[in-house]
Amino acid sequence: MSAASKTGVMEAVRKTGVTGLFFVRLLGACIPALARPKLIIAQIYNAGARSLIIIMLSGLFTGMVLGLQGYELLNRFGATEALGTAAALALLKELGPVLTSLLFAGRAGTALTSEIGLMRATDQLTAMEVMAVDPLRYVAAPRFLGGLIAMPLLTAIFNGIGLFGAQLVGVQMLGVDHGTFWSQTQSAVALKDVTEGIVKSVVFGAVVSLIAVNEGYHADPTAEGVGLATTRTVVASSVMTLLLDYVLTAAFM
Amino acid sequence: MPDDAVIDVRGVHYAVDGRPIFSGLDIAARRGLITAVMGPSGTGKTTLLRLITGQIYADRGVVSVFGRDVGTLGSRELYATRQRMGMLFQNGALLTDIDVFENVAFPVRQHTDLPEPLIRTLVLTKLEAVGLRGAAHLMPGELSGGMARRVALARAIVMDPEVLIYDEPFVGLDPISLGVILRLIKQMNDALKITSIVVSHDVHEIASIADYSYLLSEGRVVDSGTPAELARSDSPTVRQFMTGGAEGPVRFHYPAKDYAAELLESPR
Repeated sequence: MSAASKTGVMEAVRKTGVTGLFFVRLLGACIPALARPKLIIAQIYNAGARSLIIIMLSGLFTGMVLGLQGYELLNRFGATEALGTAAALALLKELGPVLTSLLFAGRAGTALTSEIGLMRATDQLTAMEVMAVDPLRYVAAPRFLGGLIAMPLLTAIFNGIGLFGAQLVGVQMLGVDHGTFWSQTQSAVALKDVTEGIVKSVVFGAVVSLIAVNEGYHADPTAEGVGLATTRTVVASSVMTLLLDYVLTAAFM
Repeated sequence: MPDDAVIDVRGVHYAVDGRPIFSGLDIAARRGLITAVMGPSGTGKTTLLRLITGQIYADRGVVSVFGRDVGTLGSRELYATRQRMGMLFQNGALLTDIDVFENVAFPVRQHTDLPEPLIRTLVLTKLEAVGLRGAAHLMPGELSGGMARRVALARAIVMDPEVLIYDEPFVGLDPISLGVILRLIKQMNDALKITSIVVSHDVHEIASIADYSYLLSEGRVVDSGTPAELARSDSPTVRQFMTGGAEGPVRFHYPAKDYAAELLESPR
């Protein structure tokens, strides 16, 4: 192994360790942060409510595409009545949590990273420390919890609107029977499928929020440093989302 | 060490990436006095403040605040110690997502359960002291640099600290704001008997209010005394710093190879 790749490996190990330790400290700060629900609610609004438009639009179009593609595919087998089931399962188990997570990383994750990074760059975090206020407790923990809570809610909204989009195309445009669409969906979707989606969205919410908060908290206090940290948030969140999606899917098999 | 030293820095060594910042630093801030720490840029003045507030720890030596070694304090004790100090940052470091009133109220809300009317009175009193009661509703982004620093000063004194630390309080201020900040520092000190430590390289401004001054260069104290004593000093470093000369023991130029030789070199 060359010296350069050795350094690279060491750096990767060190970074993983730093992130792990940060996560432990962050979890420790979450308990006292729960005593100030106002801060967490403000962050649920920032991460969740402000992402609503992009989540709803993306959910609608994803569902509509599912309706079109699903109909096209099922029509070949003469099974178009299964369209509702196919769309619901695809959304609940995969597309809902994964796409919401990717969109969440791009919309809310980057905002979190750049906000915390700029707070670091303008000495706001240091000022808090000197005022004997733990920035982990006041800044990082409420944002992490806000993201963690917002993600499953956004996923639920994405799924609901997605299913509506699939119904819009399948039933309203392509003529699948309305009653069959919903009754098939209702009978085929099991609690396990819903649980899988919920577990995924909670895990993705935790991972994306952790990455975003961690990158912001440890960003170099310069314009370039904050920019790089924001980029790393999107890249790391996206890769981790897809990687964990595979792991969780395999675990639920 | 003077008996009434609130902050006492003894024999402190501190290095970053092997590059020494302090090598045997001795500084004491005595109760109720304004102590100035002066020195050229890059002598670690801000690092000294970070050592005092326990954000970083000395490699060797002792930094004691209120008679306790900061390096040995647990996080709970360190936070308790910090509650007795106020610090004014160079850029104000106001929290940008809340308005001026909430910025000043921030430490009070975090550390006490005082009723809202009392917090309001407290905050308005401090804002009045810095002449910005009328700006209570403004956001930090709407303030000028001088105003931001005055708000930060109000925030620094809202918990009635025993020690106030100022990091370059005069940088980038217009003459009026500068005069106001100078008077405020002096008034805080006289009226509230706060022990003040002011880090600055504005020699004349600081000399007008300091009770005792230290001049740092290359990681240690070059000279110390009352402003009058420093003004009379015959140390070449002190003279160069006081008169602002480019020639002297403190190098203005960053170490480089020969000027003529570098100009004649072919470009890389």
